[in-house]
Amino acid sequence: MTGTEIARDRKAAVSARALSKTFGQGEFAVTALDSVELDIFENEFFTLLGPSGCGKTTLLRLIAGFELPTHGSIALQGQDITDKPPHRRPINTVFQNYALFPHMTVAENIGFGLRMLGKPAAEIRQTTERMLALVQLEAMAGRRMDQLSGGQQQRVALARALAPAPKVLLLDEPLAALDLKLRKNMQLELKSLQAETGITFVFVTHDQEEALTMSDRIAVMKSGKILQTGTPRDIYDRPTHRFVADFIGDINILEGTLEHTDGDLARVRLKDGTRVSAHLGTASARSGEVSVAIRPENVRLAGAAEAPTLTGVLETIVYFGAATNLHLRLGTGEEIVVRNPGAVDEGRYQPGATIGAVLQPELIRVLE
Amino acid sequence: MPGFTATAWLCIVALYLPILVLIVFSFNENRSVVLWTGFSLDWYAKALENDGIRHAAWVSVKIALFATVISTIAATMAALATTRTKKFAGQGLVYGIINQPLMIPEIVTAIATLSLFALVKKITGLTGIGYLMLAHAAFCIPFAYMPIRARLETMTLTLEQAAADLYAPPLKVFTLVTLPLLGPGIVAGAMLAFVVSLDDVIITLMIAGPGETTLPIYILGAIRRGVTPEINAVSTILVAVSVLLVMLLFVVQRRMQR
Ligand SMILES: Nc1ncnc2c1ncn2[C@@H]1O[C@H](COP(=O)(O)OP(=O)(O)OP(=O)(O)O)[C@@H](O)[C@H]1O
Ligand SMILES: [Mg+2]
Repeated sequence: MTGTEIARDRKAAVSARALSKTFGQGEFAVTALDSVELDIFENEFFTLLGPSGCGKTTLLRLIAGFELPTHGSIALQGQDITDKPPHRRPINTVFQNYALFPHMTVAENIGFGLRMLGKPAAEIRQTTERMLALVQLEAMAGRRMDQLSGGQQQRVALARALAPAPKVLLLDEPLAALDLKLRKNMQLELKSLQAETGITFVFVTHDQEEALTMSDRIAVMKSGKILQTGTPRDIYDRPTHRFVADFIGDINILEGTLEHTDGDLARVRLKDGTRVSAHLGTASARSGEVSVAIRPENVRLAGAAEAPTLTGVLETIVYFGAATNLHLRLGTGEEIVVRNPGAVDEGRYQPGATIGAVLQPELIRVLE
Repeated sequence: MPGFTATAWLCIVALYLPILVLIVFSFNENRSVVLWTGFSLDWYAKALENDGIRHAAWVSVKIALFATVISTIAATMAALATTRTKKFAGQGLVYGIINQPLMIPEIVTAIATLSLFALVKKITGLTGIGYLMLAHAAFCIPFAYMPIRARLETMTLTLEQAAADLYAPPLKVFTLVTLPLLGPGIVAGAMLAFVVSLDDVIITLMIAGPGETTLPIYILGAIRRGVTPEINAVSTILVAVSVLLVMLLFVVQRRMQR
């Protein structure tokens, strides 16, 4: 059972229908979001992943209510909130640059949301203390923002957004400004915070590794559109678009002709004449030119007595500890990378040698 | 570059030497402002007893306070309108021309204001110090506006959005976030307006009616009858007030940079 199937009977926390946002007018118009359909489920760690300028922040700002959509609607737990101003949406944001109030202390920042909700002072104090403990900043309660390190500010921003116990927490590249080590730590902390609080997290990043390690589900965006939504495994193992396949990890893409389909399976004749069977997934093509994709780790070197799927001339060998990448040039001019676990026999695998590769048939995908 | 350092010091000397001379002779025992005979505070005592000076000082302060309050409020609202509200017709125009009067020669502004007031007087028949106060309030607006807008432009909208995100309705966003953060800008604008009003001569000279003599105008009148250390003493007090305000401004701006 795939993640998408599990998700089917879950309740949506946030849903977007035909959501579009255009900035500017006439020839200066920029379509930041283009007919986005999206369901983010309750208690989910959901990630928006895509290159710079693809509309991730815009989507988040529409959910928060800082911008109004040009078309379409947004619902929170089934209720339309498209026209609600931000202060009436039970959604909180961790801003990319944190946006902490410089004229307030750490505790005042964290308590701000509860204060605005009109909670009694005792409750505000209690929750603030709990939040300070949660992000391990008990000793910093009275400090001002310019007396905190980047990592500490990050935690204050997180605590401030979590304190009012929102239905949904939006995080716009919250780790981007942190150094690598702190970033790795915070990734784990965020993940466990999400599990502990059960709040739906919508997390924005353009770091594919971060997306894969942290998310329950990922939506991959490009030019204002969502190309594919699914679990990290869906996205990694079963990419539907060339862009998705390329954006996440390394991938081999080969051109071919679709000859025949049978249910989910397609027979594709590659350019050198080799026939392979590939999974169609959501691809709509039933004939004609198609691209098929396979990850380097799903291609292996052919054994001595084994018939290879493809043969090519070894061009370069890249060794990186856990694995070795062998770059083969096929007769068609296309390149294919074979990822071999561990090192290879250097006597046998010399640049210039003709090498056979076996593609694992069940892991070949037809791309949209 | 030693040449630059020397020039920098020369600038300081050129700027402050006259004032130093003025201050020194305000303490002169003698009636002369060029011949030093000994130290005394007599001229200060005399100046403070002089009814003309006291009255002029009171008029100056009254006008400057009024002009500061009105122009600072107006400038704050205008600055908010050009940076924080939804787009309105003519927003770009307001933004572009609100501080242009700083470029217009003051004598032109003075004559223009005089003509307008003459027209108003003719129509309404009203007279009084109100005209002078309004004129000061008006020409102080650009001065108050500059530091306030500068402050607003460096304040990103994100903080206000963060407040709205944390359930603050628009009025609370304004009072709890926009205004406190804008505070140093408003204080700087107000002090600038106060100083500018306090030492205005040209416009005041044109507009002021009888009994509306401000301190600079009084000094101007007095030196026609010859410079005495009494005038030096009054001027020194004016300098002291200005320096104090400028120092305050400096402190506020230091806080603004944080
Ligand atoms: N206020 C605005 N006015 C005009 N264009 C805008 C505005 N906000 C965003 N855009 C445009 O919309 C597109 C999407 O922007 P957005 O900020 O959502 O991208 P992003 O995916 O968050 O990128 P990044 O990873 O760089 O933060 C971009 O082309 C951007 O230039
Ligand atoms: Mg962004």
